[in-house]
Amino acid sequence: MSEKLLEVRDLRKSFPVPNAGKKRLCALDGITLDLGRGETLGLVGESGCGKSTLARTLMMPERPDSGTVRFDGIDPFGLRGKDLLAFRRRVQMVFQDPYASLNARMSAGDIIAEPWRSHKGMYKNKRERDMRVRGLLDLVGLGAKAADKYPQEFSGGQRQRIGIARALALDPDVIICDEPVSALDLSVQAQVLNLLNELQGQLGISYIFISHDLSVVRHVADRVAVMYLGRIIESGPTEAVFDRPNHPYTAALMSAAPKLDGAERKERILLKGEVPSPLNPPSGCRFRTRCWKATEVCATSAPPSAVDREVAGHTAECHHPLLDDPSMLASA
Amino acid sequence: MTAVAERLPDLDNPVLEVDGLTVDIRTITGTVRAVNDVSFSARRGETLALLGESGCGKSMTATALVGLLEPVADVVGGTAQLADVDLLSADRKKRREMAGTELAIVFQDALTALNPLYTVGTQLAEPFRIHHGMSAKEAKAKAVELMARVGIPQPQTRLNSYPHQFSGGMRQRLLIAMAVALNPSVLIADEPTTALDVTVQAQIMALLRDLRAEYRMAVVLITHDLALVAEEADRVAVMYAGNIVETGPVAEVFANPQHPYTKGLLNSVPVNARRGDELKSIGGTPPDLHAIPEGCVYQARCPLARDICATKRPPLDSVGSNRKAACHFPGEVVNV
Repeated sequence: MSEKLLEVRDLRKSFPVPNAGKKRLCALDGITLDLGRGETLGLVGESGCGKSTLARTLMMPERPDSGTVRFDGIDPFGLRGKDLLAFRRRVQMVFQDPYASLNARMSAGDIIAEPWRSHKGMYKNKRERDMRVRGLLDLVGLGAKAADKYPQEFSGGQRQRIGIARALALDPDVIICDEPVSALDLSVQAQVLNLLNELQGQLGISYIFISHDLSVVRHVADRVAVMYLGRIIESGPTEAVFDRPNHPYTAALMSAAPKLDGAERKERILLKGEVPSPLNPPSGCRFRTRCWKATEVCATSAPPSAVDREVAGHTAECHHPLLDDPSMLASA
Repeated sequence: MTAVAERLPDLDNPVLEVDGLTVDIRTITGTVRAVNDVSFSARRGETLALLGESGCGKSMTATALVGLLEPVADVVGGTAQLADVDLLSADRKKRREMAGTELAIVFQDALTALNPLYTVGTQLAEPFRIHHGMSAKEAKAKAVELMARVGIPQPQTRLNSYPHQFSGGMRQRLLIAMAVALNPSVLIADEPTTALDVTVQAQIMALLRDLRAEYRMAVVLITHDLALVAEEADRVAVMYAGNIVETGPVAEVFANPQHPYTKGLLNSVPVNARRGDELKSIGGTPPDLHAIPEGCVYQARCPLARDICATKRPPLDSVGSNRKAACHFPGEVVNV
């Protein structure tokens, strides 16, 4: 990994739930991850696994119950006042729905310039700000003339470009992309993915790329973390996680996604049932209720970390990792 | 009949034949054509995919067939033959008779498609009570059978639950159960798994495949997902701006597309072989339905477009056995 930018250690966050007594919904249950500078970390998992809570915690609308976040060695949750404001500049977000995330009563130029109303020091005067807005619009491929138009005059893909320009306005180090292309049509999705890729090459930004679309994540991510019920159950270099999954859930997830290329298809692993409620996660390994390899030990103790001996940095949390089973390797 | 023969599509006898379906929508800024001269057929035991991006008219085609168009939309032309009846000109009574027994639909959003105020047992029993005149008790027993068939655990007790008490995947199973209750010959599935997670999507698609074989239904799968089409469908019709631009067997169409739009879509899918490379996207956006150009509907985004494309609309012509494409230069698509 390149120079480490973000370090998350054992992050926990739970929420109170009405009519559940003292029980709390455990959205993040000990998340540990690293992000390098200029790197793209793909975050995959099914609905309710905690992807968005993790994004919200890193953006700081949520405070974690425990655990640490270190950004360039700084704990953002310990900052106050000016320092905090300066920090917020460094992590920005691109949202899923390009229709809901832009104010219909502001022009594209005003939307992009809005972050500077809080971060006053960045540009001296209106002329400089206008120049920068035009520069950003050029950068995302909309052209400077788009500044005076309103969101409803743009298509979905163009709106997402405005959202990206707004995120770039504060020159962030990290952009959290929460399902940035899932509301877009396929042909437009490709345009936006190409743009994100180009911007990373030019500006050296890091992305945390949240998506349920595995083919998209495989395309953009350097490393992938797979979440299940509030924990990262497997992570590692993208190729390793996709080609030699070590956790049964990862294997099932990869096999369940339909593939265009017949050569990529493997035998489908159909999981039983659905994700259990995070209010009542299973004891021991949280995947055991749907796992075909589960044994008694899975119900009694939390799974240990299993490493891939051939790929550095590829780990999974499982009592019965697939890579230990030679028959699974042969089929993979 | 042997098991193998049962799985083979009934190629010569289409159960549903749509010919020249045309739908107009009245808007405040004028009438627009949402579906233009769409023709296709569906055969027993086979899945036909209607593939296209948002606004291409694929869902409008489905709603026109089942007679659920919004009041602002009208069928202005075409026929749809199902069991010797033209669905598009049939009266309400006839349509009602055929709903569920001949033609059924599964919608994308199972929560809004189910009535929140009735138990799922009541809703599942309804088709049996209306069409077969069963008593409440008999119909409930049928409902339990159906729930078990689509894989809902403990159907006896779940019968008395309300839709909101089920997960997304289970609701979609309920909708499918209602759709197949009366053994229809055609099942239209309108983006049935778009709102679901992939592991649940895999379960639902497996269920649909099993039911298709069991009831020998024709399935019309409406989707925007090319990979899903590649895995689930036998034939595909690609739609763009209200028109079918290419049809044929899925394997052949995807391996060797004869329309530049199909090729463009295929190029836009991130596949592993081209990981990290720039994706070839289709430039521009689909045309505004208010301003569909004369000539080819795809001309504005097409790298092959030349003069004739602006003046003459290419007809959906045969480009090989069982295949059709609406392009003036199908032979050049390979270069796109």
